Amino acid sequence: MAVSVDEAVSTRPARDRTPLARRFGGRGRSVLEVALLTVLAVVMLFPVLWMIETSIKENRDVYAIPAKFFDFQVTLDHFKDVFVASGGGRSTLSAAFLNSVVVAGASTALATVLGVPAAWAYSRFAVKAKKDQLFFILSTRFMPPVVVVIPIFLMYRQVGLIDTKLGLILIYAAFNVPFTIWMMKGFVDEVPAEYEDAAMLDGYTRLQAFWRFTLPLLLPGIAATAVFALIFSWNEFVFAIFLTSSDSVRTAPPAIAGLIGGTTVDWGLVAAASVVFALPVLVFAYLVRKHLVAGVTLGAVRR
Amino acid sequence: MSDSAPLTSDQPGQVASATPPAPGRSRRLSDRGLAVAFTSPALLLLLAMSVFPLLWALYLSFTDYSATRGGQADFVGFGNYTAILASEQVHLRALTTLIYVVGAVTLQTVLGFAIAYLISRRTHGRGLLTTLFLVPMMLSPVVVGLFWRFMLDAQFGVINSMLGSLGLGQVEWLTGQRTALISLILVDTWQWTPFIMLIALAGLTAVPKYLYEAASIDRASEWFRFRTITLPLVWPLLLIAVLFRAIEAFRLFDLVYILTSGGPGVSTETLSFHVYKVAFLGFNTGTASAYGILMVLVVIVLTQLYLRYLNKLKED
Repeated sequence: MAVSVDEAVSTRPARDRTPLARRFGGRGRSVLEVALLTVLAVVMLFPVLWMIETSIKENRDVYAIPAKFFDFQVTLDHFKDVFVASGGGRSTLSAAFLNSVVVAGASTALATVLGVPAAWAYSRFAVKAKKDQLFFILSTRFMPPVVVVIPIFLMYRQVGLIDTKLGLILIYAAFNVPFTIWMMKGFVDEVPAEYEDAAMLDGYTRLQAFWRFTLPLLLPGIAATAVFALIFSWNEFVFAIFLTSSDSVRTAPPAIAGLIGGTTVDWGLVAAASVVFALPVLVFAYLVRKHLVAGVTLGAVRR
Repeated sequence: MSDSAPLTSDQPGQVASATPPAPGRSRRLSDRGLAVAFTSPALLLLLAMSVFPLLWALYLSFTDYSATRGGQADFVGFGNYTAILASEQVHLRALTTLIYVVGAVTLQTVLGFAIAYLISRRTHGRGLLTTLFLVPMMLSPVVVGLFWRFMLDAQFGVINSMLGSLGLGQVEWLTGQRTALISLILVDTWQWTPFIMLIALAGLTAVPKYLYEAASIDRASEWFRFRTITLPLVWPLLLIAVLFRAIEAFRLFDLVYILTSGGPGVSTETLSFHVYKVAFLGFNTGTASAYGILMVLVVIVLTQLYLRYLNKLKED
């Protein structure tokens, strides 16, 4: 191909000889690439746009055949239905959203409180069989949830944790702790251990050195890690649907999934609920976009 | 990292400073104590919520316990295991799972890498493009499943509507025996192509520029550069991403549950969906536990593979 010769080697005179042909070749290819990327982006984003569009459509436009892309009646009724019950008062969906906030928040807090000190200890000390311990911790995160939920279900039934928020918080914390440890260990590794050594020379104990010097430096990392843990708990479905049943405990994912249980499905409501549910995730994900690679690989890959 | 060894050698310095000299032994012990105190709460939670349940499942897998019947659990030895391994039903689900995992992961890898390659060649708007492409990955499988179910509806779904206006025939996306599995693969691909793209992009941008410059001085062709520079350098990271996706796809439950509920018939029943049916609809807790333990074994093998490659990548 003509473009294979880089600008770096092409000297001025050479450029004068065949500028048009090569320039055009490069431009044409570039246009093709941009076009391809645009098409792919549209395909990837279309479902999201369609979801947003459906959430603001009048019901008869939602089911229109052929589908209406632009000329539809705009309404915010579906969003009202998400939060307000048909007879007035709070809807079950809004209660589910509140439950989700409580469960995701509490489990993230617990996972952070347990995971950050552990990550620091794994980073700083010569723990026995450290690598094995770390790999064991990560491998618990890969267990199939459908399999784990069977004994957890029996266990919870025995101790009365079934259909409680505490039960969900504990299991979510358990699957966020491995992630928190792996993610945070990377952040702790980046803070030189010499800071603590220096502080200890000044008479601080190891614990004080961690608390007063290392921890403040870790705060951005802790925030990013907590945001990911929050997203994972917020989106989780399998444990939520098997371990909870009452409306006062149920989180948003099973509640939204429950909307399609009946014979007729109000897709406008489903779309509006999905938008309300997904919006905070997208905002949070945007905030931690710098750490996305580490976050989505559970802290295993860092670039 | 900072072991206690250098601390003891710093002893004279510490004596000279105003602080009371800490005896090396007790300092070392307190470090160890601190390590235990800091790691054990997290480990205890994992033991209680991950290891203990699995051990319980392991025990149950040798019994004929049923969660609804309750009462006595009789020891049946390896009966549950032989029943599962010999079951035609399970073989069929294993095949479905294999088709789904291989199909979805292959499609995601090819598409994801292609998109990453195209983005890495752009100089402007890279951040915006990446952000836009990543949206599907951040959505909950529940939202993704529900929404595709709506779009793929045979009567009023927008996909068939678009096919119709293009003059093409209607497709029974979620209700046809063959097409349902294809739909499942397509939806999973839609959601997780960004994952491969993200990691491939991280690998592509990490390839040192001077390698390409050296290659272009040698007048190497573009394909040659791709084959000898780009691919070998990105491959280790890409392999991690592929294995990660394979494990996730093998465990997948929520998308199947929402999108097709295993139907029509059993055409989209993966292993994890079948376990759910045995455990929560058939209430054969003992059998389901054995089934689950077998799945855990597969996951452990895959995870070991994954961790081994990860280790290799970190050492390089």
